[in-house]
Amino acid sequence: MAVSVKSLKVYYQTLRGQVQAVDNVSFDIKEHEILGMAGESGCGKSTFSNSLVLLKPPMKHVGGQVELDGETLPLSDFKKMNRFRYTKVSIIPQYAMNALNPTRKIGRMIAELLESRGMSIARVSKELDRRLKLVNLDRSVMKMYPFELSGGMRQRTVMVIATLLNPSLLLADEITSALDVSTQKAVAKMLVQFRDNNLVKSVVFVTHDISILYQIADSILIMYAGKIVEIASTESITREPRHPYTRLLISSLPDVGVKYTDRRLAGIKGRPPSLLNPLPGCRFKERCPVRFDKCDEEPPLEKISEQHQVACWREVKVDG
Amino acid sequence: MAVTINWMIPRLMPGDPIRTLIGRAALRAEAADKVAEYFARIYGLDQPAWRQYLSFWTSLFRGDLGTSIYLSPKPVTQVIRDSIPFDLGLLIPAIVCSWIVGNKFGAFAARRKRLDGIALPIWYVFTATPYMWLAILLAYVFGVVLKIFPIAGAYSFAISPSFSVGFILNYLRHWFLPFLSLFIVQLGGWAIGMRNMIIYELEADYSRYMEALGAPRKLIRKYAFRNAMLPQITGLALQLGVIVAGAVGTQVVFSYPGIGYLLLQAVMNNDYFLIQGCFLFIVIGVLIANFVIDVIYVIVDPRVRHGMGGETA
Amino acid sequence: MKKNEFLFFALKNTRMRIGLGIVLFFLAVMIVGPFLTDYDPNEYTGPAFARPSGDHWLGTTFFGQDVFTQVVYGLRATFIVGAVGGGLATLIGLFVGFIAGYRGGIVDEVLNMLTNIVTVIPTLALLIIIAAYLPYRGVVAQSVIIGCIAWPWTARAVRAQTFSLKSREFVDLARMSGMSSMKIITQEIAPNMLSYLFMALILQFGGAILAAATLDFIGLGPSEGISLGLMMQNAVLWSAIPLGMWWWALPPGMIIAAIVSALYFMNTGLDEVFNPKLREM
Repeated sequence: MAVSVKSLKVYYQTLRGQVQAVDNVSFDIKEHEILGMAGESGCGKSTFSNSLVLLKPPMKHVGGQVELDGETLPLSDFKKMNRFRYTKVSIIPQYAMNALNPTRKIGRMIAELLESRGMSIARVSKELDRRLKLVNLDRSVMKMYPFELSGGMRQRTVMVIATLLNPSLLLADEITSALDVSTQKAVAKMLVQFRDNNLVKSVVFVTHDISILYQIADSILIMYAGKIVEIASTESITREPRHPYTRLLISSLPDVGVKYTDRRLAGIKGRPPSLLNPLPGCRFKERCPVRFDKCDEEPPLEKISEQHQVACWREVKVDG
Repeated sequence: MAVTINWMIPRLMPGDPIRTLIGRAALRAEAADKVAEYFARIYGLDQPAWRQYLSFWTSLFRGDLGTSIYLSPKPVTQVIRDSIPFDLGLLIPAIVCSWIVGNKFGAFAARRKRLDGIALPIWYVFTATPYMWLAILLAYVFGVVLKIFPIAGAYSFAISPSFSVGFILNYLRHWFLPFLSLFIVQLGGWAIGMRNMIIYELEADYSRYMEALGAPRKLIRKYAFRNAMLPQITGLALQLGVIVAGAVGTQVVFSYPGIGYLLLQAVMNNDYFLIQGCFLFIVIGVLIANFVIDVIYVIVDPRVRHGMGGETA
Repeated sequence: MKKNEFLFFALKNTRMRIGLGIVLFFLAVMIVGPFLTDYDPNEYTGPAFARPSGDHWLGTTFFGQDVFTQVVYGLRATFIVGAVGGGLATLIGLFVGFIAGYRGGIVDEVLNMLTNIVTVIPTLALLIIIAAYLPYRGVVAQSVIIGCIAWPWTARAVRAQTFSLKSREFVDLARMSGMSSMKIITQEIAPNMLSYLFMALILQFGGAILAAATLDFIGLGPSEGISLGLMMQNAVLWSAIPLGMWWWALPPGMIIAAIVSALYFMNTGLDEVFNPKLREM
């Protein structure tokens, strides 16, 4: 496995206690796999990606580990992690449009960044040009200031910067959320191209919008309230969503051609539970339409087929 | 327009300069009237107001600011010219040094929480201190108790200005305490401002991203510093305008012959021309300083440069 | 955050407490002081140049006036200037800034120009004229003048705040639901600005005190009465420094520095409360 997450626990230390944002999360990512991580706001997906590159207070690494290419990432040790940052693990952040220093020309900033990490800009210059072309940006972008570019252009520039050193793991955190639908498609496709051209190995695509994942992800992981509720190949989860939450998510997506009067859009009632001192049991039980008494016990993530895991008592084969 | 206000102001003051001058000469009543007339004619004060205004502008262009009534018959330009070196010599180093040092310290404290906790209150106390009180304090401690520095004048009465080493040393000794009092108070302000700006920049998205990409602290700090400087530069311009008021206090305590001190004397003696001249100088000085800073700002901040040329989509 | 929550956090904040404590202390001195002393501030009560003693807690001046009494009565002027001058400046700033920000357009342009003019006028200039014009100047007059000159920065800040608040969603919502302008202002926008205003008031309070002290010192202050600035002026005028009369020359300024610093502390403390980002975890 290229990436192996084992029982990862990342909590936030706040005045009122610990917020269990990522709670005992385990999964694997193969090489060259694009894993889509979906879930509503606050489910822990952004915390996950940030914890891999920028774990600082109030975030706390409470337990578990992450292995990349066989090495365990020293998540809690800020200094030791630096070796991995950008070179092995890279991120396209949620705030990509503001991620560039406004008073520095882009080319100069990249050069200074690389030099500060002991690399020379000269070696990657050609590669840089090639990739800019890949995202439909002209070389002249290097001589411009960030404010001279549109939001979309800045986003693509950050994409190029983030992947410049061919990281083994790329975390794409809500990179399409702020874009219009047609640009979303273009950007998602660019990401796939990066993977296809071997510019990055594994990708975690974090979003709250599953429809995008259908198009580009190999596997999809659904998170809810800090836990994984379902993880499966895109095909499998689309054909047969098993977890009640997933089912509701998918049904709340409008189908093309279906009019409102034909079938009502079903939003999911209620809100996710507080992660401060979460109640025991399945986190989804308050909103679950098929809840029963066993749900007061936390359901384990079980494999129900080769490419499909679910955490739901309803789906798990009863012993005996 | 500022110049017009400048001209108007002393005129609006009640009190007759001629009378004051004559009062000092202690003449008999009728003689006094005659002399008053004479002087009024010389100084053009018997002309109707609009005439006076016009002649003001014409003489201004000739570089003639009139003759000081109080210190007559010295021409105002000369009086001001004599004090300029002392004034600028005191103010400019004080402002610039406090700006540089304040920025450095502020940036430093922004990074270390512990240092910040101690330093910040100290800086607040510095800015809260009235200039003249600090001057008094320093004068007392170093001048009277410890007797290291003199407490009056720009240089000892016995010596006259020259470029000799002796004079320069003497000048510096007199210069130090007033300089220090101005320096310390402003230092606090700059340090606080810079510290806040740096904290703000360090928390900005771009700083976070640099960190996520593994950039060393040094680089991130360098960027934060450059970006935090921009508002500090604007502040510098503003400060140049405000400082005259504070400097007056300090100059009075040390009897330091700067423009502020001069202005005060002029006011006390209803010397129209001197007041005008001083104000003119101050106003022009401030305008120039602001202009220079504006230019520097355009050079330094690419966003401003671009905003002026129009943005691309 | 509800009002009560604010108050709770505000009073718990260390910085705020220290600052408020100091200010209240001096306020108490101002109130209680006159009862502690039998003298009049300008009365010649005892030996001149006397050091602090049981009779004269802060010694006497060149003329034999009791320094402590002067301080106690001088504090009055200080607080009045702060309150009236600072308050006035904040009010004007609020008014100008808010109208400019809320109305925008021409009104904004005009008010902006006004703000700029007031900023450019050399403060000293104005004060000198006014000082010359009014033969009798009271502390209140001084405060009013300071108030009328110090408002520009507050106006600018309020204007910026108003702009950003005006375009926020909840205001649009209120407008769409047909709320009258006045209601929008008082119910939606004002509460958000309250915190900022309070802090601006504190800063103006301190600024006014400093300004008044400087004015008094150079002789442009109230023509009678006693204030801390005047005390310093007298001290310097009558050679307190060379004569080593530290008990006369130092306390007034020190008190001003203390009060203004305390105000600044309060301000930082409030900032932490209202902007939680700065709160230490």
